[in-house]
Amino acid sequence: MTSSAPGAAPLVELRAVSRIYGKADSEVRALDAVSCTVEDGEFVAVTGASGSGKSTCLNMLGCLDVPSAGEYLFRGVNVGALTADQLALLRRNYLGFVFQGFNLLGRTSALENVELPLVYRRLGSKERRLLALQALEEVGLRDRASHTPGELSGGQQQRVAIARAMVSKPQMLLADEPTGNLDSAKKAEIMQLLVKLNQTRQLTIVMVTHEHDIAQYATRIIVFSDGRITDDRKIGR
Amino acid sequence: MIWATIIMALREIRRNTLRSALTTLGIVIGVASVIAMVTLGRGATAKITQEISGMGTNLLIVAPGSDRRGPTAASATALKLDDANAIRRDVQAVAEVAPTASRGVLAVFGNKNWNTVANGSTNEYFSVRRYVLAEGELFSEAQLKGSLACVLGATVRKELFGALDPIGASIRVGSAACLVTGVLVAKGPSTFGQDQDDFIVMPLLAFQRRISGNTDVGTVFVSAKSDQLTIKAKQQIELLMRERRHIAEGQANDFMVQDMQEISSMLGRITGSLTALLGAIAGVSLLVGGIGIMNIMLVSVTERTREIGIRLSIGARGREVLLQFLIEAVTLSILGGALGVAVGLLASFLGARALNLPFAVVPEIIGVAFVFSATVGVAFGFFPARKASRMNPIEALRHE
Repeated sequence: MTSSAPGAAPLVELRAVSRIYGKADSEVRALDAVSCTVEDGEFVAVTGASGSGKSTCLNMLGCLDVPSAGEYLFRGVNVGALTADQLALLRRNYLGFVFQGFNLLGRTSALENVELPLVYRRLGSKERRLLALQALEEVGLRDRASHTPGELSGGQQQRVAIARAMVSKPQMLLADEPTGNLDSAKKAEIMQLLVKLNQTRQLTIVMVTHEHDIAQYATRIIVFSDGRITDDRKIGR
Repeated sequence: MIWATIIMALREIRRNTLRSALTTLGIVIGVASVIAMVTLGRGATAKITQEISGMGTNLLIVAPGSDRRGPTAASATALKLDDANAIRRDVQAVAEVAPTASRGVLAVFGNKNWNTVANGSTNEYFSVRRYVLAEGELFSEAQLKGSLACVLGATVRKELFGALDPIGASIRVGSAACLVTGVLVAKGPSTFGQDQDDFIVMPLLAFQRRISGNTDVGTVFVSAKSDQLTIKAKQQIELLMRERRHIAEGQANDFMVQDMQEISSMLGRITGSLTALLGAIAGVSLLVGGIGIMNIMLVSVTERTREIGIRLSIGARGREVLLQFLIEAVTLSILGGALGVAVGLLASFLGARALNLPFAVVPEIIGVAFVFSATVGVAFGFFPARKASRMNPIEALRHE
């Protein structure tokens, strides 16, 4: 995907990125000339009021959206210049997503949900099963592999979703309010799982949250307001 | 990838069993009716062919007129008894010749009457047309010279006499009184439901004098000496008739000599086009079935917007989503096609038994039905699948 050696370019680099919705008079600047860099192994919490642009930023980093102006470099590659198919391949091979609403396929077993990204990576069924079971093991749900989302609690569903995001060994995990639908005990459980992944695998995590205490699990907090970064600091855990 | 997609599609179909069943119903009915129509049509054709060969493959029918449509057909001069005699005398390949004139008549016996057809002909009529005498006798030499006598077809006998003995009785045919000398064995109805036993035969001379009032001969039935000589006899008769009717070289015949193969292929064409017509009507229901699939697939795509968003976010390309939905549609329609083949074969088996036709399966049509239903799946699945593949992942994920 890139000619330079891994780690030569920063994982993520935003250069004056803007994302503008609508046209002319009614235009909305969801992101307004945002610049920042995320290095490998960081755990970034992106916070801000609703409408501050933090979700737009996450979609941008997740290659679900492209900048209206400015440049987004992923490992030195200009994402804005890629086609829809190339963006899909980038997501498939380097990115993992965790959503607030879990977004598992209904009436489909946990195992099959976790296998799904590997289907698109064209792995054989045996290898898929093996890797998916390992991922479920890692989130502590191996014994629930055959359960469907309806048969799992919210916390368990989110752990299945994390297993699905991790199973293809991405370089960056993007989490959009991963604890938004959970009670506080489950919140801590999920956050500890994310911290563990960040520490043991050196997995880069970018997480959007509006909750102050959830943000404290990160190693760096970026605050958005009106489409701009108003604060960006590293914190100790 | 394809295999995994097919498995996913099957799982999706099983997940919504009722909806899938209703979706495919249109295809099932469409394919079943195409199969049933074509199979029954083929059965009817087979039966007709069989029936015609039962009439004798050495039979030739000479009639005035042209098989091409046009003004000559109406103005063609009628055949005369001399033509039949000339055929009998000059064509070596011919065995028997039965000049025949026909007219619709009312036959009356006692207080019963019956509308039927009177054929004026000779004793050779019975052997050429393969009718067998059940009771009584054929015409005597004296009767053939001009007196009124008649042989009844089985239907006429039943309608006029019921259980009574008809031999020696006198019936009125048109305005003429007529002695019944014989009764024929029934042949039964033809494939087209025509009664082959509803007629009276009387000597040609008496018929011409008392019934038709002219000396025309409508048709000459001829039997060749053997099946192999049929074509030769036909050619010789054509040559002879051209000469007798003074047809210049290069001009078209104003008469026809039909052999049974010709008639069989003509009837085959008729049933063939009937079958094609019925098949085409059935094909329309396949089209409707396809639209049903498109409907459900469109609903399905809207309903599964979020799923599509999930798939796109984990790296599915548009074409992979397209393929998934297309394969679902094709799988549905092929399943429907397979079920339709089974239902169609069963229906035509039962139909063939009810209609007393041979059960003639056409293997090609099963292949055609399969290909057609797969095509329907692709054609009507493509639009919904494309809609799915073009979704914006962010909006799809946000969809409730």
